[in-house]
Order: sequence, then C-alpha cells, then structure tokens
Amino acid sequence: MSDSVEFPDSPDEDGSPVPGRGARIPGPRAAADDWDVLPAPAPAPAPAPAPAPAPAERLLPPPAAAPASPPPSHDVLKSLLGAWALSACSAEETQAVEDHLTECAPCAEEALRLRDAVGLLHPEENLDLTPLLRSRVLEDCLGKRPARIPVPVWATPYDTETARLDALLQDFGDSEWHTPVRLKWFEEERRTSRRTTVAGVIGHLLTVDGLIATALGLEDPLGAHAGTDPTARTERFWAATPYPVTRQVREPWRSQGHTLVRTVSFAGLGVADLSVGYGDFSLPLGDAFLERAFECWVHAWDIAEAVDYPYEPPSGAHLHRMIDLAARLLPTVLAVRRRKGLAAPARDLVEAGTPGRTLHLEIEGAGGGS
Amino acid sequence: MAGGTMSKDAPPRWDRRMQQRLARGEAAALGELYDRFASLVHSLAHRVLGDEKAADRITREVFGYIWENPDAYDPKQGSMRSWVARITQGQAVARLRQAELGRGSREELERKVASANAAARADFIVTSMPAPLRAALELAYFKRRDYRQAAADLQISEDEARRRLRLGLQLLSTANVLPREDASPPGYGSTR
Repeated sequence: MSDSVEFPDSPDEDGSPVPGRGARIPGPRAAADDWDVLPAPAPAPAPAPAPAPAPAERLLPPPAAAPASPPPSHDVLKSLLGAWALSACSAEETQAVEDHLTECAPCAEEALRLRDAVGLLHPEENLDLTPLLRSRVLEDCLGKRPARIPVPVWATPYDTETARLDALLQDFGDSEWHTPVRLKWFEEERRTSRRTTVAGVIGHLLTVDGLIATALGLEDPLGAHAGTDPTARTERFWAATPYPVTRQVREPWRSQGHTLVRTVSFAGLGVADLSVGYGDFSLPLGDAFLERAFECWVHAWDIAEAVDYPYEPPSGAHLHRMIDLAARLLPTVLAVRRRKGLAAPARDLVEAGTPGRTLHLEIEGAGGGS
Repeated sequence: MAGGTMSKDAPPRWDRRMQQRLARGEAAALGELYDRFASLVHSLAHRVLGDEKAADRITREVFGYIWENPDAYDPKQGSMRSWVARITQGQAVARLRQAELGRGSREELERKVASANAAARADFIVTSMPAPLRAALELAYFKRRDYRQAAADLQISEDEARRRLRLGLQLLSTANVLPREDASPPGYGSTR
C-alpha cells in the first residue's frame, strides 16, 4: 500500500502553501453584497443543515458603523480570515479583508488555504449501520481468530441488544432524550402505565440490570440496600435523580452493560446457574441475561416508537432464546395465577406427578435456530 | 453533527487497556471496540468508496485486521482512534485503486485517490476536533450564521468566535496537505 495517510493531532498554523494560485482571491461563496437592499436585521432563520449553501440568506448588521471608521488592523483582519472564508462576516469586513489580501502575502496564502478547507466541510451522512453488521463483523473476527475468553452464548443476546439500543441513542439530541415515553405492563389484571422520558427508560434499564450486577458481586448502581423489586428500584432511581433524567444516564448504563458481559466472560461455567433475585422470584443468571436482553429490546422499541425511528426485532437466533425463556416460565406463571384464583382449576383430577393439563403454544414469525 | 460520542476524549488509558484485552483474546473487548469505532470506520470507508456494500466490507476487514493484529497498535504513535482511521483509509483507498484500475488515465486515478484521501482526512479531522471548534463551524457553515450571531448563540465574545472559525478551518486545511511520496507505508499489511 503506497498511500501514506496523515492524521494531525494539533493545528498546523503554517501549513504548506498551495502552489500555482494567483494572489487576488475572490470571495469564497456568493457574499451578501446586496446588503443595502435587505430589510433591517431580524432574527436570522436557522434552516436545517443543507448540503448546498444558499447564498445571501444572512441578514447583516445595520450599516450604521460602516462609514468613516478607520481600516481594521492587520491582526483584526487576520483574525477575520476564518469568518471570511465561511462568508460569515459583514459586507464591510469582507471588503476590508479582500483589500488586505491584495497587499499581504501571508494572509492571502492563508485565505486560500482556509477557503479550500471550507470545500471539505460536508454534512454528516448519518448512515445507519445495519445492526446485522455487528454480528457479522464479530463472527468474521472470531472465525479468523477464536476468542480465548469468549462471551457465553446466553449473554450474547444481551450484548447485541444493548449495543443496538446504544447505537439508536448515539445521535439523540436533548429533545429526543426528553421525549415522553409511556411504559405499559399488567398488574392485578389491569393494564398499568407510567409516563417517563427516553432518559427515564434508560434509567429503568440501568437499575434493573443492576440486579445482575449485585448478583455478580459488582457495585449496585443504586447503592447499598436498594432492594430487589424492579419496580420499586426504578421508582427509587427516578425519585433520587434530579428531574428530568438527562442523557448523562447513558454512560453508566452502557458501562455497566459492558462490565456485566465482561465479568461473565471471565467467570467459570457454573456462573449461569447463579441465582438473581427479582423481589418476588428469582432466575438463574443465564435466564436473567436473556430476560434483560428481552427487556432491552422491548424498551428500545418503546423509545424508537416515541421518537419515530424504525427499529427491527432481534435476530432470529436471539429471539428464539428469548421466547424459549418465556415458554419455560409459563407453567410457573400459570401455577401462581391458579393459586391466586385467577385461572380455572383442571377439570379432571389427575394423579399427583402427572401432567394435569396441556397448554398448546404456537409462535409465529421469523424465528431462528431449532 | 448532533450528539456527542464518548470516544473523542477517551483517555489513552482506554486505548492501552483495549489493546491488552484484544491481545488476550477477549471477545467482549472486540464488541466494545466495534461499538466505539464502527461508525467512524464505516463512514470513512463510505466517504472514500461512496458505496454502502463496499463500506460494510471494509468495516469487516478493518475489524478483522485489528482483532488479528492488536499488537500493531503503538500507543506512543497516537490514539487508537487515529490508528483505526488510518487503517480504514488505507484499506478503502486500496480498494478504490483496485476498483478504478483501467477505468481512466493514470492522472484521473491519482486525482480521485487524492481527493478521496483528503475527504476522508477532513471527515476524521472534523469528528476529532475539539467540540467548541466544531460547534462554531457548524453554526457558520451549516446554519449559515455570521460570526456575530455564532458568538451570541455560543455565548462567547466575537473575538473568540472569529478565533474558533479560523482555528477550525486551519485544522481542516491540513487534510489538503499532500502526503509525501516517499513516506513509509502505514504500519500494517493489507488483509487481502
């Protein structure tokens, strides 16, 4: 490979001159020469970033100070070169700079360089990386060089889903972070919901993921004695955080997720059976990771819906594991409901130890694995 | 240019630690590496090649190379971020040469390569420059504010606004500096 590539780490005040150019430099892009026909200054519009700059939109300051003021000093003119190259100074200043460029070689040289640099500015394209690319890249890599410390298979859906949600959050501005989100669930046979914001949802994920952190002996993001009931923990977090929850919550959530995946990668095989308490019930760690992956997807979906972004379901193989967990939990859930009198008892009595009833569960859609 | 990434101001400690973890063969580190640099790699490759599929492919190659050669990174030479960018640009430009070979004259090819190189360097510079400079450039160029309005928006003096616009463009202009012909090739081999 013969192309050498340089990435400067510091400004280069005296970059090399550009050869073969004349000294008189025309304005960088259509300057607002028609300032005198523009109306009095008004709040300038702030149009969305557009790739093609439309000239003469800028409103100029009142022309009051223009006449009779002495020409600006060399230092002031030099300091204007950046603004000049971007057509971001007044008509008088533009004129003064351009007059100066005819008589000052160093400034003329810099002006050329800066004007050329403007041509390199480019709106960010914000191509959304397909989430599949991450799995493909990691697979490729691990195919070339197997990991000595792999991520356990039951932790992979969590790793993938948290990365996917994090990528969604990547370009969020403050308005997205504060977009209202309604969280819905069922309680006492009734649909319950709770209003929060995008940042509040990430806080919810942070606090409930914290149950796994605690089970692994890591620090609880809520501090000691925060309890294990997911809802109570979330309310506690929301109450303890200055309102509103801000984007600051992203980093602790993300780094806790990284720490969890890393910790179980280094732990022995038996770690999958470690018990994670959820208040009323507990799950083995392997299932808890799947549950957290599922929650991450569902809430990412809530967020995406709230800010009107598209969001895809997890990959077939990961969905398969999550649904498998749900199916495995069904008998326990039904037994609890029966004990509470919420489900009808079996019609015929059967001998103890034999299955009393059958639930036929059909799952449709694009799954994966077997 | 919306949204901040943590990666820009990452301390060198993160770089060294990441290198050690990759060298140790930690799959979790590979995932974190991807999360931090995938959009950089993909967007640079896309800027050079102008094609999404090709950018996907470069992304796979670049991460494959890093995963297989974490020791090729020398923290003394700069940040991991700039190393990753260098590898990406080298790989993407090599692919561009390959794709364009025989399509036009030698001069046309070199012109294309030079402008792709400058565009990729400029993108890297913009995404890496200090946030205050970037914000000033964004206001002046994309939002078409003059420097006085930019100063008001950013709550800085007009002098400071002029300084930031000039410094930002000075940084950016280094992207146009042609690499020396005799410069040694970047310290990594092609993954082809």
